[in-house]
Amino acid sequence: MTPVVKVVNVHKRFGAREVLRGIDLEVGDGEVLCILGPSGGGKSTLLRCINHLETIDDGLVWVDGEIIGYELRDGALRELPERKIRRQQQDIGMVFQHFNLFPHLTVLGNVVEGPLVVRREPKAVAMSRALDLLESVGLRDRANAWPSQLSGGQKQRVAIARALAMQPKLMLFDEPTSALDSELVGEVLDVMRRIASEGATMIVVTHEIGFAREVADRVAIMVDGELREIGRPSEVLVNPKDKRVRRFLARVIADPDEASSGTNQS
Amino acid sequence: MGAMIEVDQLTQRSYPVVRSRHPLRWVSAVLVLAALATIVRAFAEGQIDWPVVGEFLTAPIILRGFANTLLISALAMTLGLTLGTIFAVMRHSGNPVTSGVAWLYVWLFRGTPLLLQLLIWFNIALVFPTITIPGLFHANTVEVVTPFVAALLGLGINEGAYMTEVVRAGINAVDRGQTEAAAALGMSHMQTLRRIVLPQAMRIIIPPVGNQAIGMLKFSSLAATISFSEMLNSAQQVYFVNGAVIELLFVCAVWYLLATTVLSIIQYFIERHFGRGDARQTSSSRMVDWIGGLADRLRPARAGQGA
Ligand SMILES: Nc1ncnc2c1ncn2[C@@H]1O[C@H](COP(=O)(O)OP(=O)(O)OP(=O)(O)O)[C@@H](O)[C@H]1O
Ligand SMILES: [Mg+2]
Repeated sequence: MTPVVKVVNVHKRFGAREVLRGIDLEVGDGEVLCILGPSGGGKSTLLRCINHLETIDDGLVWVDGEIIGYELRDGALRELPERKIRRQQQDIGMVFQHFNLFPHLTVLGNVVEGPLVVRREPKAVAMSRALDLLESVGLRDRANAWPSQLSGGQKQRVAIARALAMQPKLMLFDEPTSALDSELVGEVLDVMRRIASEGATMIVVTHEIGFAREVADRVAIMVDGELREIGRPSEVLVNPKDKRVRRFLARVIADPDEASSGTNQS
Repeated sequence: MGAMIEVDQLTQRSYPVVRSRHPLRWVSAVLVLAALATIVRAFAEGQIDWPVVGEFLTAPIILRGFANTLLISALAMTLGLTLGTIFAVMRHSGNPVTSGVAWLYVWLFRGTPLLLQLLIWFNIALVFPTITIPGLFHANTVEVVTPFVAALLGLGINEGAYMTEVVRAGINAVDRGQTEAAAALGMSHMQTLRRIVLPQAMRIIIPPVGNQAIGMLKFSSLAATISFSEMLNSAQQVYFVNGAVIELLFVCAVWYLLATTVLSIIQYFIERHFGRGDARQTSSSRMVDWIGGLADRLRPARAGQGA
């Protein structure tokens, strides 16, 4: 499988606290990787390092032929100018827990913003693709609504369409359903399931064990800044080797809500 | 609390409503109106020559002064907003020199009286007798810094210091998730600022900007002291000759009131425009709501409410 993402020995510190302690990871083309783990384990930070919302302190992140934020010249990593980093970010879509839709733009405005402003696509092209995307997430009829008029599930579907509008090589999802009322989770997972089946490469941080079991090609468990376990869902979720992972999974499977609120006391 | 009532006593689906009377409201209204009438009468019968007020209300010299007041206010406000936006963005810069300069600007121009600043600009020729850009421009400062220019610089730069704080507060109020979402789309800093942050900051900025504009209209009268012939200065020129001091000051008051009222109305509509996207305001019925609310407050409350 050709890799799309390769994370090599990534370390990240916030002050004295080491949040990522040497992450190694490969994600193949069209693969869906779900990352689970207790709160504070560094899952969000890892995603944010992959699309350069955070800078890393050691190691490197490679996405589809380029080192994120740097270029390798004369055996050294040299920081890229802002313009080139922006260019790299255009190809990595991100969906946030709290949607982060632009409240001053309509639904359609949110989806065309990237293609129009960043990619400078012709308006007609951007518009028609945006409407198609809204159609595919079931919100074509809300194209002219304001984000504040939508339910949480609808907002998140718009946010997914907004990310897809950039035609990214990689999609990152950071707990896309954690802020939703339980009856709205399904509609968002359905959309994600469909994107996965269409061959998108996805890294999904989630507490939805069912989604991970069913959709993920591989599941990784992150604890205290390390990937403790990674493999096929049937192996990792059923028969984890690591003690902390076993305890975490036992808790999550017994009580799914526990995962988001539970702290990582050992 | 009203008298206790058992649930099975509620037999009807509808009851007539008796609104409560507010005798105290009537008494206080009468007292206030009486006081007001006394004041109005005092002025009407006082040593004021009302026909003179009427006569000068539309005198060409006053109208020219009023036009100058509007012009200098608009230009100074534009300069202030521009400077305020630039320095607010500079305050947010990661570069400590850039943000330090912005801090210094605000500190300096908010920390000294506006009248003092106007006088300094007006007398700036004492510090720099000539202005020279080598090879391009050379002039005597007195000729360049006319009363108009001094007023514009004084009012505009001072305004910019306040605007910096206003715009900065607006930028700070925009959720960090917005910049992150923009960055995730690959937007540059400038694009994010222009397309995502500033439009959202506008909603927070507009009400204080409206107040600042109304304030500017009135503060521009300080330029009278540096012989810029805005409305107050023009009125002074007239009453130095004819001695109708109060009459001409009243003329100014009328025009200032008119202008500030118009500005308040404009502010209302601009606020509504930038409130777009907010579910509570998209119905475009806020004006109606507001008038309705006002009417509600004037009507006697329903019986039993707030008892
Ligand atoms: N900007 C920051 N500054 C300082 N500390 C941070 C910052 N962002 C995250 N952290 C810390 O890094 C650790 C990992 O945070 P992260 O958000 O990556 O965890 P997570 O696995 O996503 O947790 P959750 O399931 O609660 O979202 C936490 O202890 C958090 O407090
Ligand atoms: Mg997180």
